[in-house]
Parts: sequence; C-alpha cells; structure tokens
Amino acid sequence: MKNKDRMNLDKPLTRSMIIIRITLGFLLLVTIYGILTLDSGGVNIPGAILETLNNFKIIFFRPFSHRLSVFDALYEIIITIALSVLITLFSGIIAIFLGLLGAQNLAPKGITVIVKAFVAFIRAVPSILWVLIFAVSAGLGSTAAVIGLSFHSIGYLTKAFSECYEEIDRGVIDALKATGAKWWQIVFQAVLPSCATYLLSWTFLRFEMNFSNAVAMGAAAGAAGIGFDLFMASNLYFDLHELGLITYFILAFAILLEVIATRVKSKLKQK
Amino acid sequence: MENDVFKKRRKSTLLLAVIIAALSVGSAIITQYDAGKGMLSIFKAVAWGIKNFYPDRRSLVRLPEIFIKLKDTILMSIAASVAAAVIAMALALMGSRSTRVHVFFTGLARGIGSFFRNVPLVAWAMVLMLAFNQSSLTGFLALFLGSLGFLTRAFMESLDEVGENAVEALKAAGATYYHIVFQAVIPSSMPQIVSWLLFMIETNIRDATLVGFLTGTGIGFLFDVYYKSFNYHVASLIVIITVIMVIAMESVSNIVRREIL
Repeated sequence: MKNKDRMNLDKPLTRSMIIIRITLGFLLLVTIYGILTLDSGGVNIPGAILETLNNFKIIFFRPFSHRLSVFDALYEIIITIALSVLITLFSGIIAIFLGLLGAQNLAPKGITVIVKAFVAFIRAVPSILWVLIFAVSAGLGSTAAVIGLSFHSIGYLTKAFSECYEEIDRGVIDALKATGAKWWQIVFQAVLPSCATYLLSWTFLRFEMNFSNAVAMGAAAGAAGIGFDLFMASNLYFDLHELGLITYFILAFAILLEVIATRVKSKLKQK
Repeated sequence: MENDVFKKRRKSTLLLAVIIAALSVGSAIITQYDAGKGMLSIFKAVAWGIKNFYPDRRSLVRLPEIFIKLKDTILMSIAASVAAAVIAMALALMGSRSTRVHVFFTGLARGIGSFFRNVPLVAWAMVLMLAFNQSSLTGFLALFLGSLGFLTRAFMESLDEVGENAVEALKAAGATYYHIVFQAVIPSSMPQIVSWLLFMIETNIRDATLVGFLTGTGIGFLFDVYYKSFNYHVASLIVIITVIMVIAMESVSNIVRREIL
C-alpha cells in the first residue's frame, strides 16, 4: 500500500490517464450489460459450444471436397483477387484526384468541405449496403460488387491521401507558385512525387481489405469468386469438409498478401 | 545527364501505365465485369435513389423497431471488441518483445493472431450459424473471433514500442517481472491500446451490418428484411440511421483519441 501511494505521488494522475480510465470503465460496463442481455435465441449454450468445436475439428483437420477440385478452388481465388484488383485500381485512381480536391492546401475551402463531407458519408455506409443499393440497378453479382465496394474504398483512400497532401510544407507550394508553376505542375512535380510511397502503401493496405471484402460480397451479395463457394458449401450443401478446404485456400492467400504487404512496407521505409 | 533522368522517369511512368492497364483489362475479363453496365448502373442507381430511396412519413412508424436493433448492434460490437481485447492483451503480453519470457511465444502469438485475422469473417459467421442459429450470440461470437487476430497484432506492436532498453534498465534496477509489466510497459502503451480498441469498435459496428445480414441479427438483418420486401422507404431510413450512428461513434472516439494520445 505504501509503495502504491508513493507511485501516485511520483506520477500524478494526468488528464489523459483519467480519460483512459473513464473510457475503459465505461466500455467494460457496456460489455457486461451487453453480454448479460445478449439474446441467445433459446440455444442450449454448452451444447452449441461443443457442436461448434466439433464443427471446427472437421473444418480445420479434415478439409476435403468432392465437388471442388484444387484447380477450381484456385480459379475461384483468382476471380476474387481480380475483383479486388479492379476495386483497388478504380478507387485508387479516383481517390488520387478526389484527395487533391479534399486537401486544404491545394483546393479552395468550399470544395474541401464538400469533398470531406461526401467522403465521410460514403465511409459511414457499411460496404454491404452500398453493394445492395447498386444491385437494384445492376443486378446481384460482380458488377454491383465492384461498384459498391469501390465506393467504400474511394471514401477510405481519399481521406488517407488528402491527409498526406496536407502534410506537404506550405512553403514548398508557395515557392512553386512564386516561380509561376501552374496548379497541375505543382501537383505532378511536387505533391504526388513526395507522397508516392505513402500512396502506394495505403493502396496496398486497402487491397488486402478489398480482398476480404470481395470474399464477403461473394457470400452476401452473389459476387463471383471463392466467397460464393463458401456460402454454397455452408448454407446449401452443409458440407463442412468443403468449407474447411475453402477456408484454408482463403487463409493461404490472405497470409501471402500479408507477407507481401509487410515486405513492401519495410522496403518503402528503407527508402 | 538531366535529359536521361527525365527520359527514365517518363519510361517508368509509361511502364506503370501499361501494367495498370493490363491488370485492369485482365481482371475485367476474368471477373466478367461489364464496364459499360457498371458506369450505367451508377447513373441508374442515382436516378432510382432519388425516386425511391428516401424515408417517407409511413416509414417513421418503424423507428422504435429500428432503434431496438440499433441498440443490439452497438452492444454486440462493443462487447465483442472488449472481450476480444482482453484475450488479445494476454496473447500480446505473451508474445511482445518487451514482456515475453521466451522467443518461442512471440512466434506462437504471431501465428495465432495471423490465423484469426485471416480466416474470413464470413467463414466464422457461417460455422457459428450452424450451432447457434439466428441469434445475437452468433453475431457476437463471429465479431469476437474476427477481432481477436487484429487486436493481438495491434497490441503486440504497441507493447513492442515501449522498447527493450527501458525494460533492460528496469531489470538492472531490480524491478521484478510483475513490476515491469504492470507499472511500466502497460501504462506507457495504454493510450495506443485504447486507441486501437476504439478503432476496433468502429470497424465492428460497420462489420456488424454484414454479420447481421449473414446471421439474421441486428440492423443488417432488419435492412435485409425491408430490402427484400421492396420496402425501400424503411430500408433508406435504416441506412440514414446507420450513417448517423457510425459518424457519431467516430466523432466520439476521435475526441477521446485527441485527449489521450
């Protein structure tokens, strides 16, 4: 006790420490309330836990499929990756320019406010809802998934990109302006080159997220690719062995992407 | 010499453009993505949205029902994030460079984190559905398993940042393991950890919509019901309320973050 008192004397409670404690305390209370009032739908919980553990055993230790050959699964993964490539490219290219309009040092105040509000709105709508909204006009499938997920991805990348643009020294832009450089010249010769590594690493990070989103949209919104097989195996065929095989394929590719992302990031840091 | 630099730069820009073009054309062919249809669908969706996708007076009757599901969704996301954070903290303490007992545990914690992060959320939701049926519990567990991996890695990096030097110094001064962990490492990485936890809650509230859609719970399921019965007025009301909730949550956690970091 004595020891503790001395600690408190040495380190008086700072404002940040008080706020951390209040935040954690509040979250803990909400969690306890949430778990106690959680609607379990009358399921026998111990039984369901045992059943789930048994299901996990089948999925992770006996993955197998009659229906799906290894090549089929690989092709489905490639489709999912192609979807994420399309989404990332569309959103990356649009976000590079939209980000310019959202940066306070590059665009007039009125425009940045509009762009920022627009982007905040796009990001606040969950991606599945975007996909379903576009599915009304494009039909459920890959086209709606690409457009819907691109929307969400644009919102995310635009915010990240314009933050980088805004970090550029005001003096650099003023100096360029003084030499008579046009807006486009400032953007292409100063702003984009100095943000290039940052833009690349965010884009790759988003590519990883788009991959998992594309899997999810295959299951939830009928987009092509491995996600759709995942949905069929568990909701239609109730084939846990196949679900296991598909999960392992997705896991392998996701880990591969993660390893590449880590390499890219460390290489960019070296530069 | 200068001429060469510009030539090189132009060449690499050209190369990049060619690669991007090839990638997009290849991907469009593989996925059978119809660029024309895609572009057209944006305009169509806007026109359709203006005509149909807005809440009308009658849809407001559903507000109480929406708020109940909204409360469920928020509670589910916060509970799943905090529960995952507790386990993730234990894993991170086990694996972090500054607090580990042996290098072996770093590999173990990293492996567990990577596994839970990369198994798709959809797979967790689907498997849990089989035994737990359509209940909030399924959604809670799916979000819990999905968050576990992300938080383990994030917490481990936060603890690593404390640095081995500080720990070495404390050890030299005769501090015990317990003291090092609870008086030095955890308090000094706490702002980072709380910030990650808030980020996870924000992410989970968005993902809860997807999980709810798949497992028939919360606000995602409610949207699905009205969307599939073509009651777009109520569906749009749900979207608007979701947007308000997400933006409110983000603003609150941004305020907290600004105060603590």
